[in-house]
Amino acid sequence: MGQKTLTLTLGPLQFNWSAEVFADFYARVADEAPVDRVVIGESVCSKRTPFYRDQIPAAIERLKRGGKSVVLASLALVTLERERRAARDLFKQTEHEVEIDDLTLMNWTRPEIPFAIGPLVNVYNEATLAFLAKCGAQRFCLPPELPFASVEVLAAAAAKYGASVEVWAYGRMPLAVSGRCYHARAHGLSKDSCLFVCAQDPDGLAVRTLDGADFLAINGVQTLSHKYCNLIRDVDQLAQAGVTGLRLSPHSGDFVAVARAFAEVAAKRIAPDEGFALLRQAVPEADFSNGFLFGACGAAPLVSA
Amino acid sequence: MSGQGKLELVCPAGTPAAFRAAIDAGAHTVYCGFNDETNARNFPGLNFSRAEMTESIKFAHRRGGKTLIAVNTFPRAGDLALWTNAVDDAARLGADAVILADIGLLDYASRRHPSLRLHLSVQAAAANADAIAFYARSFGVKRVVLPRVLTVQEIAAINRAIAVETEVFIFGGLCVMAEGRCSLSSYATGKSPNMNGACSPASHVDYHEEDGELVSRLGGFAIHRVAAGQAAPYPTLCKGCFQAGAYRGHVFEDPVSLDAASLIPQLAEAGVTALKIEGRQRSRAYTEAVVRSFRRALDAQAAGKPIPASELRGLTEGQQTTSGAYRKTWR
Repeated sequence: MGQKTLTLTLGPLQFNWSAEVFADFYARVADEAPVDRVVIGESVCSKRTPFYRDQIPAAIERLKRGGKSVVLASLALVTLERERRAARDLFKQTEHEVEIDDLTLMNWTRPEIPFAIGPLVNVYNEATLAFLAKCGAQRFCLPPELPFASVEVLAAAAAKYGASVEVWAYGRMPLAVSGRCYHARAHGLSKDSCLFVCAQDPDGLAVRTLDGADFLAINGVQTLSHKYCNLIRDVDQLAQAGVTGLRLSPHSGDFVAVARAFAEVAAKRIAPDEGFALLRQAVPEADFSNGFLFGACGAAPLVSA
Repeated sequence: MSGQGKLELVCPAGTPAAFRAAIDAGAHTVYCGFNDETNARNFPGLNFSRAEMTESIKFAHRRGGKTLIAVNTFPRAGDLALWTNAVDDAARLGADAVILADIGLLDYASRRHPSLRLHLSVQAAAANADAIAFYARSFGVKRVVLPRVLTVQEIAAINRAIAVETEVFIFGGLCVMAEGRCSLSSYATGKSPNMNGACSPASHVDYHEEDGELVSRLGGFAIHRVAAGQAAPYPTLCKGCFQAGAYRGHVFEDPVSLDAASLIPQLAEAGVTALKIEGRQRSRAYTEAVVRSFRRALDAQAAGKPIPASELRGLTEGQQTTSGAYRKTWR
């Protein structure tokens, strides 16, 4: 019997890519990326959806043919009427699991549709996890802000309810969401007349301090870390703590190489350091951190386990 | 819920002295927290011991005022007792309500203290009628403090659709992010509002002169640079000056505070129950002045008279203000 490995989940695309790039990305993931689950759909800004909505059914079909389980993403901050309707509609379909990224959706869950709790819901402790698990949540992707000590406690708590715990293992970390669009603001526009300027930055717009230090990245109403979370060298420790899944967040560049590196390390076919070298090669420009889990702060330099 | 009469004025207190000043100045209700990590203004020297809380609640009750205790950080995994004790003590000391954000803690409070009134903290960021319905149904929440991402029109629509009260911020510091869903401070310093009750904490602030400029840093990141001799603003992360593409300046928000006093009539019309003043960390004198002024404004509003503008102007002297997300153009 083969050793049980960690589940790899591809998180929802956070950025505003064109319909063509969107379709190509998911086609390649479907055909080549060794991930088990793919969360697909808009989680950041509902204004982006019309541009690629038509691409989603084909992407889902192809992902399924590629053996992936498909999970529908939900919006992180639901305020408009049409956003409320869209949230409700996610539980009208019966084919796919839904990932809840705003508790608005807890109104619409139904026993026959499995659901997961995404990283933008505040699950900081075992009491909150227990409540949501009793409501039917089967899987939790924990908030990226949590330290390792909390992850250990939450993984143990989830096991009691037969639920599984996933951590944000790769990619720029979501740090905040706002009513205001910062991409629009940086271009002298407002959210309602934004001209979709966020489409110019496939991995977010760099925010640097006035002395030139890399700091954050803005992505519409969302603010991300400059650093890319990278837990590839921490996979063993996470598995020992009872974590059963790793989330990889989409970025431009060779994402299949990123997924392969994680898959190889998770299956113990290569050493963590080897996997790390592969990531370094795949995304030479990225600054990595595992600071939220193991360091003094989220922006801390990589700490070796 | 909408259509009620007088607006309730909910005022901050970081110390027993500020608490008494707020009640004396006309606060209908005062909100405050215990002196530990259980509340979102966990600053050194601030907040209430159990004994101080007991006395303050009694003081308010003698004057016909109410006390709300904020237990609105998110309990640390494996360390729930600090938070559940705070809820137990709030109930025991006779608080008129607790202000909670965490689902686990709401669940605990609703089961253990069924007669304790629960308010949903702004830190829960319940931004629409469906999210509010979830909290009302699951935990019997009676009032929701709305996140600062909504316009007055959106607030009115929410009030038409829900059966619980709403409370909105009217004056003071302004979060530009959805509250309780921001880990910017944690990214730069390791301390966050959600986990530690502190945003951009003073322990991680450094002022340094470099090349004729005064630089204020948070966790090593430069947040402001001003000419030496000028007053350097406190480096609150989201109010800082940065470079984003061709834009150089306040990427997230100008160093402004919220003043929605001019919107009191519209907020009343929108069915809001209570108006909240931010600033548990502010001095007693500030609290007293702001509360007195807003109480006069609310009395004028209740009597159908125009709000005396001069009352409010003095409080924001020398400081830029905004009506924030209440007006759609802010977005």
